[in-house]
Amino acid sequence: MAKIKLKPKARKGVIGIKALIKHPMETGLRKKKGKVVPANHIVHMVVLHNGNTVVDADIGSSISKDPYFKFNVPGAKGDTIELKYKDSKGKTGSATKKSK
Amino acid sequence: MKRRLFLKSAMAGSAVATAVGAGLLTPSMVFANSAAFKAKSDSAAASAAGAGKGSFKFKAPKIAENGAVVPMTVDASKMDGVTNISIVVKKNGTPLAASFNLTGAQGYVSTRVKMGKTSPVVALVTAGGATTAVTQEVKVTIGGCGG
Repeated sequence: MAKIKLKPKARKGVIGIKALIKHPMETGLRKKKGKVVPANHIVHMVVLHNGNTVVDADIGSSISKDPYFKFNVPGAKGDTIELKYKDSKGKTGSATKKSK
Repeated sequence: MKRRLFLKSAMAGSAVATAVGAGLLTPSMVFANSAAFKAKSDSAAASAAGAGKGSFKFKAPKIAENGAVVPMTVDASKMDGVTNISIVVKKNGTPLAASFNLTGAQGYVSTRVKMGKTSPVVALVTAGGATTAVTQEVKVTIGGCGG
C-alpha cells in the first residue's frame, strides 16, 4: 500500500501543506532486464481544505519517484486537510490530517 | 497427496495467469490516460511559447547532479487570483510534469521533477486569465563528469 505523509502546519493565517506520497512513479519507458516496466504513476491529485477543493492537480510521469508537494492555503489551526490521489492503474489513496 | 499438490500448484499457476492478463490489460488504459495528458502537455508547451514574461519567482537549481530528483518551487503568492501553475520540462518525453489547478490556495507550489537531460524548464502561471512564464535552464550531470 502506498503510504502518504501529510503535514499541514498553520502559521500567520496560512497553512503550509507538505505531502510525501510513497509511489514508484514508473513512466512506462524504463526497462529492467530487457522488459519494459509497466507504467504506474499518479495521474490525478486533489487537496481538500475543510471539504473544499483547493488544489486539483494533473500529474505527469515526469514527477519524481515518491513525489513531494508543498502548497500554501489560507486557513487556521485545527482545519481539516485531506489529500486524495489516483494512479494510472486506477488505484487510489487518501490521507486526512488536522492542521497543527 | 500428490494429486492434491498438483491441484494446488495448478491453482497457483492460474492465479498468476490472471494476474498477467490484468497486467496486459493495463497498457491500453494507461495509453488512453496518457493520450489525454499528452494533448494537455502539447497545449501547455504551445502556451509556453506565446506567454509573456512573468513577475513571479521560479526556483530551480542551475545544475542538478541527479536528474531523477530535481527540486522546483514556483512562488507566485504575491500575485492575485492565481488559477493554474504548470511546470514544463521541454526536452522530456512528456514535457508537462504537472499542472496544478488552484482554487483558494495561494500561488505557491513546490515539488520534485525527473529530468532526462539538460533542458530549459518553464514555469507557467495563469492569473486572472493571463498566462505568464519564467524559463530557467537546468543542467543535468549524469556520472558526475559535468555537462
